[in-house]
Amino acid sequence: MDTLVLLTLTGLGLGALYFLIASGLALIFGLMDVLNFAHGAFLTVSAYAAWQVLDSVGGMPGLLLALLVGTSTGLLLAVVVEFALIRRLYGRPRDQILVTVGLSLAIPALVQSAWSADARSFPVPDALDGTVTLAGAQVPVNRLVLIAGAVLVLVGVQLFLTRTRYGLIVRAGVEDRAMVTALGVDVTRAFTLVFALGGALAGLAGVLGGLYFGSVSPHQGTSLLIFAFVVVIIGGLHSMPGVALSALTVGLTQQYANYYLGGYGDLAVVVLLALVVLARPTGSGTSPVDRIRRRLESPRAAPVESVLPTGGTP
Amino acid sequence: MTVTHLPAPDDTAAPPPPDSGRSGPRWRPYAVPVLVLVVLALLPYSALEIPVLFDGRLNSPGSLQLIALCLVFAGLALGYDLMFGRTGLLSFGHSLYIAGGAYGTQLAMTELGLGLLPAALLTLVLGTLAAVVLGAISLRTLALGGIGFAMVTLAFAQAGAIWIERNPGGLTGGEEGLPLHTAGVPEAFVGVANTVNVYWLALAYLTAVAAVVWSATARPVGKVWQALRDNEQRIAVLGRDPFRHKLGAFVLASALALLGGIVHLLVTAGATPHSSTPEFTLTLLVMVVLGGAGTRWGPVVGGVLFTYLDQRLASWGIGSEPMLILGTLFVLAVYVAPGGLTSIRLHRARRSAARADSRKQEHR
Repeated sequence: MDTLVLLTLTGLGLGALYFLIASGLALIFGLMDVLNFAHGAFLTVSAYAAWQVLDSVGGMPGLLLALLVGTSTGLLLAVVVEFALIRRLYGRPRDQILVTVGLSLAIPALVQSAWSADARSFPVPDALDGTVTLAGAQVPVNRLVLIAGAVLVLVGVQLFLTRTRYGLIVRAGVEDRAMVTALGVDVTRAFTLVFALGGALAGLAGVLGGLYFGSVSPHQGTSLLIFAFVVVIIGGLHSMPGVALSALTVGLTQQYANYYLGGYGDLAVVVLLALVVLARPTGSGTSPVDRIRRRLESPRAAPVESVLPTGGTP
Repeated sequence: MTVTHLPAPDDTAAPPPPDSGRSGPRWRPYAVPVLVLVVLALLPYSALEIPVLFDGRLNSPGSLQLIALCLVFAGLALGYDLMFGRTGLLSFGHSLYIAGGAYGTQLAMTELGLGLLPAALLTLVLGTLAAVVLGAISLRTLALGGIGFAMVTLAFAQAGAIWIERNPGGLTGGEEGLPLHTAGVPEAFVGVANTVNVYWLALAYLTAVAAVVWSATARPVGKVWQALRDNEQRIAVLGRDPFRHKLGAFVLASALALLGGIVHLLVTAGATPHSSTPEFTLTLLVMVVLGGAGTRWGPVVGGVLFTYLDQRLASWGIGSEPMLILGTLFVLAVYVAPGGLTSIRLHRARRSAARADSRKQEHR
């Protein structure tokens, strides 16, 4: 029982980390059609910035400062990349993706040449280093910090998207960018905004990832990014709760499989992805979660959808 | 061994498009590939010294090894372009098949005690079957708009990379990789003294890939691929099955990647876990885009150039991280040469041709 509690909370912590990365990815992709390969690099750079701060300040104040520095590093990096590189390639989504691919190769190499390829241990403050007893299980405190952080971010992003004017533009842009532009709204500002938001979340994920793994390394962000991609595929692009649910599923699957199937959690995630892809009816661009919800909302909508001609895949 | 491969481009190289308007002798389109092939095939007989570009003479084992690696990557890039540039499928899982070819052959030799040829054949058959299954699963996600396919192939490749890194049962050697099982390999391909044979093998691989890719894209199926890239709905309306054609391109490209993995195993005398990582696929993508996606020579030029710089930059003392320079170069190339390096040349040629045409008309 206590093992199960520990596994669940650790899985939730991992899912929280995935959510922080995947939410930015999903927003950027949904709005701009850019699959941001540099997202992992943002995370890595932020994690190293946070590590530098923690190394020199230390303790709880150091961690708070590191959170601030890490998040703003990610934000700044994303804004710079958007302004300097992505912005010039409007209307060429494939080239935008290629640019982020180039960055995803160059930035970790830069980090590696600056701080060497070895993993650096992340100085976790003593207050977060211990464990607490929950339902008989010794749960590391940092897992709980991650879960709390992700819940705060989920609520915050959801409030931003549903309650503010810019959130409205972002949501509308994800739904139908051409129509929003035709209505006279400057979508390019929303692009920068979403990129900055994604970068800030990646930065936050970098710091929290350092807490979770207890170390930072140049290719940490890239390997996390792949799981974030999986999360985005399973969860779809259109709703934050969808991404959150998918992140939790992936995190839990990975932890359970790691323990019960002898260390093959990563493979279990890929199998899960294949199952979801196979179970999902082709021709619909939305996630199973979305489809179920839509059916619940309007039972008659479902058959119409399947009659509509689709992209051509049988 | 090269002699047997010489006629390949003659038989199968793409004929010039009939509407190109150029009226030259019929051998004209084959002249350049044959010339390149002959020069490359005779390269080991040259003791030329090129001071900065190569460390020793051209036919020294070190230089031959470097060129062989460049040729292998040119072939791999050309095979990848069959999906990316010709069919418009953005796959991030190509490394799975390259590593599959290398590790599969190696394991078939060590675990099953097969010789090189049966091991390679077994790997090729099993790997192609796997490509059919995984390709069919991945292509189902195309409904997400191409990106779904990219991410699912990425996930499969990542699974392979994890499996190799975990070193299950001591099979894959984990992070260290596996040294080539020399007992199963014919002696002609083992050792520094036989580098020249490995070089010719790499050249034969590139020739075979070029023959397959260039001839396939010139045939009706290639036209369907190209049409799928440009307008999939129209192909579906015309009664061709997009799914089957895409799967065909995927499986063919994967088979070429498996073959490339086998050659890579022999050229580098071992299987490295790096060849299984998604980053490896990204470098192939960079090569293709750098040279020019969907063009005849672009992937070859990009593959050779990228591999050469990757291997040589450090020895010139420019930065210890070649990927930093190559990644930056690539980002610049997307802006400066959106169609790839070969397109710059083409643009200029086309412009001068147009100028010549207009001048001719003026004379009339």
